[in-house]
Parts: sequence; structure tokens; C-alpha cells
Amino acid sequence: MRWIWIDRFEVFESGRRAVALKNVSLAADHIHDHFPGFPVMPTSLMVEGMAQTAGILVGEARGFAEKVILAKVKRAVFHRLVRPGDTIRHEAVIEQLTDQAATTTGRTTVGDDLVAEIDIVFSHIDQNVSGLEFPEENFVFNESFLSLLNTYRRNSGERIPL
Amino acid sequence: MAAVPREEIFEKVRQTLVDALSVEEDEVTEEATLTGDLGAESIDFLDIVFRLEKAFDIKIPQEELIPRDILSNPDYVTDRKLNEAGVAALKAAMPHADLAEFEKDPDIDKISDVFTVGTIVNFVEAKLAAS
Repeated sequence: MRWIWIDRFEVFESGRRAVALKNVSLAADHIHDHFPGFPVMPTSLMVEGMAQTAGILVGEARGFAEKVILAKVKRAVFHRLVRPGDTIRHEAVIEQLTDQAATTTGRTTVGDDLVAEIDIVFSHIDQNVSGLEFPEENFVFNESFLSLLNTYRRNSGERIPL
Repeated sequence: MAAVPREEIFEKVRQTLVDALSVEEDEVTEEATLTGDLGAESIDFLDIVFRLEKAFDIKIPQEELIPRDILSNPDYVTDRKLNEAGVAALKAAMPHADLAEFEKDPDIDKISDVFTVGTIVNFVEAKLAAS
């Protein structure tokens, strides 16, 4: 399993807003344990999906120069279950962005239904944890995250001809 | 602009801390320390600063609230304690804080004790007066 909980960016407005899609499938192992006979997308993984959507948005805003770490989930309120066959839509908006940190607000929907409201604080760790050394390379934004953005830019929402 | 009454600032700071730290309203008194009494962790300070900026429509550079450059300056710190010059620099940089207790044992690991709710209210009050 790859630790990537969004499938595709639908919208990416640099420094402002991003929308990512995630298809929920019975092909995923985890959903069979959560719960046996009643598969439901775990809310924790929807928080992760929102964090990946918002984190890439925040990282891109500073040209991926910062290591953007989820510092705190300010608020996560869930309104409805998500089942296999659903397409989750995570919409993240940057609320505040400084040298040290960022906050985002987020809405997760399936179709017209509001599934969750998830607000997050991110830290630019190199600017905050004095005295601790982190690796030089940006270990947060690995290839699979960056490829999501590259795919979005290549396609710009257009279909790839067969 | 007319000065905002301290009571009004306190109420907004209180609401900010209730939301950010999930504490009860009556726990948030002027004397309560953010880390000791209200359970704030270092990461909560980022959240609190953002919330205060929004609530009061002000900008809070991190260095103004917590002058880390003084606390990490080898000229000011000996064996993790601020020396005399360091304490003087801290006093100049933090007019919003009551440093009387801290001065008795200026251990830089205890700097968070300086941050009471009252310290935050003082800081915001000065910021609003200057804006």
C-alpha cells in the first residue's frame, strides 16, 4: 500500500485553493476490516486525505522550499459515512500563511453531501524547531506527492487522448 | 481610534484559548499559564497566534511574542540560563510580560511559564494601541 490518500487534483489555484478527488474502492484492504460486513472509509484517512490536499497546496505556495508538517488538526467534524463507490472531494483553502506556518480550512464532500469540515495548522518545521537538525532534502514532498501535481499540470483537467 | 477596553480584549483572548486548547472558560484567568495551567504545547502557540491575528485583525511576528533570538544567543545564555545581559535584553524585548519570577531563576527551559493569559492580553493591548 502507498501512503497516498488522494487520487487526483481537480483544481489547483496556487497559494489559494485546491480540490482533490479520492475514489473509495472495495479493492483496498483496510476497508474490509473497517468494518467486517460494513465497509466504511475511516474518518482518520479522510483527515489524512485533506492534510495531503492542503499540505501540497501550502508546500507549493513556497515552491516546496519548506518542510510542511501537520502540526494540529484544529477541527474535524463529520456529518455522514462514506462507502465504497463514493468519490470523495477534498477542498482546501489557505486561510493564513507565514514564514513559520499556515492554516487551512477544508470541506469534504461526496456529491452534494457535506461529509466533513477539517481545519488544519501546518508548521514549516525548519523555522520552528530550534536546535533540532533535519535532513537537508525535503522528505515531506516525495515523488508520489509531486507526481500528483505534475499530472494535474500536464492534463489541466483535459482528457488524455487514447 | 478609541482604545479597546482591556475587559473586551480579555474576553476575546479567553474565547481564542477556549477554542484553541479545548479548555473550560473558567480555567482561563489572567494568572493562568498557557503551558502549565492550560496544557498548551509548543505547536499550540502557532495556532493561538493565527487565531489572535484573525480575532483582532493584527499581525503578530513570532519574534515579538517570543524573542527566540535572545534565548538562542550564546552571548546571553550560559548553561541554559540567561545571564544579566540576556535578562536585560529579554526585558526590553518583552515589555508585555511580567518577568519578576523568571528573573529569580532565568532557566530558558522555563520561559514558557512567563506566558500567562495576562501576558497575551498585555501583548494584544499594546499591539492595538500601536495600530
